[in-house]
Amino acid sequence: MEILVKKYAQKLVDAGLAAPSGPGAPLVGGLDQTLVWNTTAPEIPMLEKIFQHLNINSLVFLRPRFPYDLIIRFLAGRALKSGGAILPRDCETRTFLHDLPVVDQWDIHAIVQALKQRKIVIIQGNARKNGFLAPAVIAPGTVSPEQGFVHISSVCFACFVAFFNNYLAGLKTGQHDPEMDLVFDQVLPFLQNGVPASPDLMHGPFSREIDVYTAMAQAGRKIVDYGLVDSYFGNLSCCWNNTLYISQTGASLDELTGCIDPVPLDGSSTAGITASSELTAHLETVARTGCRTILHGHPRFCVIASMDCDPAQKAACAFSDKCHTHCPVPRHIGSVPIVPGEVGTGPFGLCNTLPRACDTSNSVIVYGHGVFVTGKIDFTQAFSSLVAVETLCKNRFLEQVRHLRHA
Amino acid sequence: MYGWTGKIARIDLTRRKIAVQTLSPDTCARYLGGRGMGGFFLQPAATLDWDHPDVPVCLFTGPLTATAAPTSGRCHMVSISPLTGLMADASLGGKIGVQLKRAGWDGIVITGKSDTPVGIDISDNDITLVTAKNLWGMTTDAVHQHLNPKKAGLACIGPAGENRVRFAAVITDRYHAAGRTGLGLCLGAKRLKYILVSGTGRTRVKDPEQLKKARQDICRLTAASPALMGRYGFSRMGTGAMYDLMDNRHMMPTDNFSATWFGPAKELNAAAYARAYSPKKHGCRGCHILCKKISTRTSAGTAMPEFETMSHFTALVGLQDIDLVTAANQRCNSLGMDTISAAVTLACFREITQKDFTPASLLALLDDIALDRGEGKSLKKGAAAYAGSMGQPDAAMAVKGLELPAYDPRGAYGMALGFAMSTRGGCHLRAYPISHEILRKPVATDRFSFSGKARIIKIAEDSNAVVDSLIACKFIFFAAGLEEYARVFSAVTGQDVTAQDLLAAGERIYYNERIINSCRGFDARHDDLPARFFTQPGTGTSQIRVPPIDRAAFLQAKAAYYAVRGLTRNGLPTRTKAEQLGVPWKSL
Ligand code: SF4
Ligand SMILES: [Zn+2]
Repeated sequence: MEILVKKYAQKLVDAGLAAPSGPGAPLVGGLDQTLVWNTTAPEIPMLEKIFQHLNINSLVFLRPRFPYDLIIRFLAGRALKSGGAILPRDCETRTFLHDLPVVDQWDIHAIVQALKQRKIVIIQGNARKNGFLAPAVIAPGTVSPEQGFVHISSVCFACFVAFFNNYLAGLKTGQHDPEMDLVFDQVLPFLQNGVPASPDLMHGPFSREIDVYTAMAQAGRKIVDYGLVDSYFGNLSCCWNNTLYISQTGASLDELTGCIDPVPLDGSSTAGITASSELTAHLETVARTGCRTILHGHPRFCVIASMDCDPAQKAACAFSDKCHTHCPVPRHIGSVPIVPGEVGTGPFGLCNTLPRACDTSNSVIVYGHGVFVTGKIDFTQAFSSLVAVETLCKNRFLEQVRHLRHA
Repeated sequence: MYGWTGKIARIDLTRRKIAVQTLSPDTCARYLGGRGMGGFFLQPAATLDWDHPDVPVCLFTGPLTATAAPTSGRCHMVSISPLTGLMADASLGGKIGVQLKRAGWDGIVITGKSDTPVGIDISDNDITLVTAKNLWGMTTDAVHQHLNPKKAGLACIGPAGENRVRFAAVITDRYHAAGRTGLGLCLGAKRLKYILVSGTGRTRVKDPEQLKKARQDICRLTAASPALMGRYGFSRMGTGAMYDLMDNRHMMPTDNFSATWFGPAKELNAAAYARAYSPKKHGCRGCHILCKKISTRTSAGTAMPEFETMSHFTALVGLQDIDLVTAANQRCNSLGMDTISAAVTLACFREITQKDFTPASLLALLDDIALDRGEGKSLKKGAAAYAGSMGQPDAAMAVKGLELPAYDPRGAYGMALGFAMSTRGGCHLRAYPISHEILRKPVATDRFSFSGKARIIKIAEDSNAVVDSLIACKFIFFAAGLEEYARVFSAVTGQDVTAQDLLAAGERIYYNERIINSCRGFDARHDDLPARFFTQPGTGTSQIRVPPIDRAAFLQAKAAYYAVRGLTRNGLPTRTKAEQLGVPWKSL
């Protein structure tokens, strides 16, 4: 437990979600027979009470770092005025977290009540009331602090996407307000950091199995370094010697060693049962396009852009409450198609839409979810496509905002 | 009430009397249904011998049964085990649960003993005891054919349950075995051959709209689950999909748990069965996963073996023939015996006698066990009793008398702790750590470490006690959680509960089982694993080391578990904790 609590605290810092020290440093607790923390902090006595009220074995507490603090404070404030929860719009968060409850005080009963129902709680309320600095997010786990880490990363990602989505939609419909403008202006410097040039990755074709594993681990690490996924969602695969090597479900892309499943293309083994939930989509795409590599990430501006639908079109659309599964319009950003589809293999699963779209484009965006890119030989081409799509989406977004605000 | 019918039938086979009892809302809320309710009705008989007429066999549905809640079609049977001496319980698949609920019953509690073979026929409110003399001696297939239940649900026993095989199973709706802990013998001892149920009612649901929404949330999660709905998941490949994983992880119990890797395994996996039998999907009522597989080619209509059976009838007993596995599975179901216990008992026999099996000799022994002939006379008592009678108790790979399933504990330490602590003996399903140790859900844990496992196991036991009581199928929890099921529960019953409230009920249900077992003389001495696991390594590679389990680390985890569970250092429940949880206290 000592190792785990430290590991996930550090991961939050590395992901840019937490400060390394001070009141913004993450607190991670793990309980077996005794409770251990990654550090000491004035909030801990209160957090320990949560362990007494809930049947859990771990907990993560985070005051998110800029710009997530501003964004979450804004969304949580609005949520408190409506139903008391932020409703994420991206598919993955919606699938796994459903909604994000907000409480308005640093109060054990309110917090416990919310955590009895959902995997996370956001604490908002008047800044510094009772000396408490809001916003903060708490996420417990029943197996490992990794659960709290994943859920908190998802909250930050979902709120980021939700804010910019709402903002863009608000600008288009005239429903934005000065408060939103202010948050946007404050966050803008963060958006202007350019994406670095694509890294130098191992070159294919690969002649040995070990090279496949190494190249995958390297590409996975870089996706995380470049911020092209939230927490560790996302996956990648490499087809070699009639076998698809694919990252395992829930595998941290920056720690892929030992977490790659070899899946024979002839179906002679079921070892792929622990492979990523998108295994079917990968297999079909490989079969249709003959590509060798696939990368799937959740670059945020791709996700935001994928959900940007013309208000007039939306108002007239019969599927406007089911865009992520039923969107009937062939939409593109540049030449990159956007397809609907849920995680996995259900009737509306992206395995039904994505592979076909890959026939004509080596980058495909899945509505409200992320991007899949294919490569012919190794991960080099795929990685630069991933960076290129995200850059395109981000520039387009900033341009739209600039334009709409001037108008 | 919504969800529950609030009504159970008490069936006394000695006096041939049937009484209706109402359940208070409080009892329902505290014990939910299924396993929880069964434990509640069993507790007063906790000190009696397993075959005492006053020991009930309880069959309970749960508040979610016969609603749109995903995987809610199962029901749960509870009694005292003739195999282990502990509380006995097992989950029943098929459609009998749904039929019982639709007939208007939350459950039935069967006591007494009939002089002559009997069947219970339930049709809505009408419950009749019917002579089953003509069915006595029949296999479960023959009973099914004879009674031809059509839409009705049927649970029955085969010759094994009649001939006092201590690991006799109850078979429901032809394909579904409630295998573990010898419940087939519990029915056999009461001379109860079958229970046939049909119902026409509906479960009252408080908020159908909310239920629909909660159902969608769960279905979305299952669609995203590789283990359930993925290309190699249970829905497409059956539970046999686990076989390759156990092979790759070097944790396949081989040669009676003396090794953990079986050379020919690659040819004996689920894909091999798919090629040979082109199975189609089948499942329990109310389930969209449909993990059961039925052959459409060779011996069409035969159920494909589950993972445990595939593994134990190959690696464990030293055979490599998928047709034999299918035949052994079919034979066990038909005779009404648990495949896991049967295979482990045979593996124990092979180790002690040093005689290898042929497919024919193995099938013949299965017959001998069920029909009480030859070597079968001693093997029918299970591995522990057999090994004991041969003066080699260490050759029995069982915990508290229940033979171990197909996960070698040297390859997963949560599993090791789960086996040892389980209230029904060597069982993987009480804590089901395979979820995080192997399938990486909700997140992966280090399978070669006890770190954090005591509390993880305790929480998972509570959670699975809830699952067995609601009722839902354990498999769906590879994808969904109690968070989602609490919403389902609230929609069905109208009671505003959270996942944590349900877990509190789970803890109560589990503690009650500890109380029952303590009344039967079980304590810390019994919460242990066979010595082999602490002294002999498994079969590792340069990448995967499979050392013996460190005994000191195991004992430390066990002590931590007792502390977390609220037991004494001797593994016994306390009155204070029982009162705190609101469980009636009983002691020896
Ligand atoms: S998953 Fe399988 S065992 Fe579970 S309810 Fe569905 S069919 Fe039955
Ligand atoms: Zn994704």
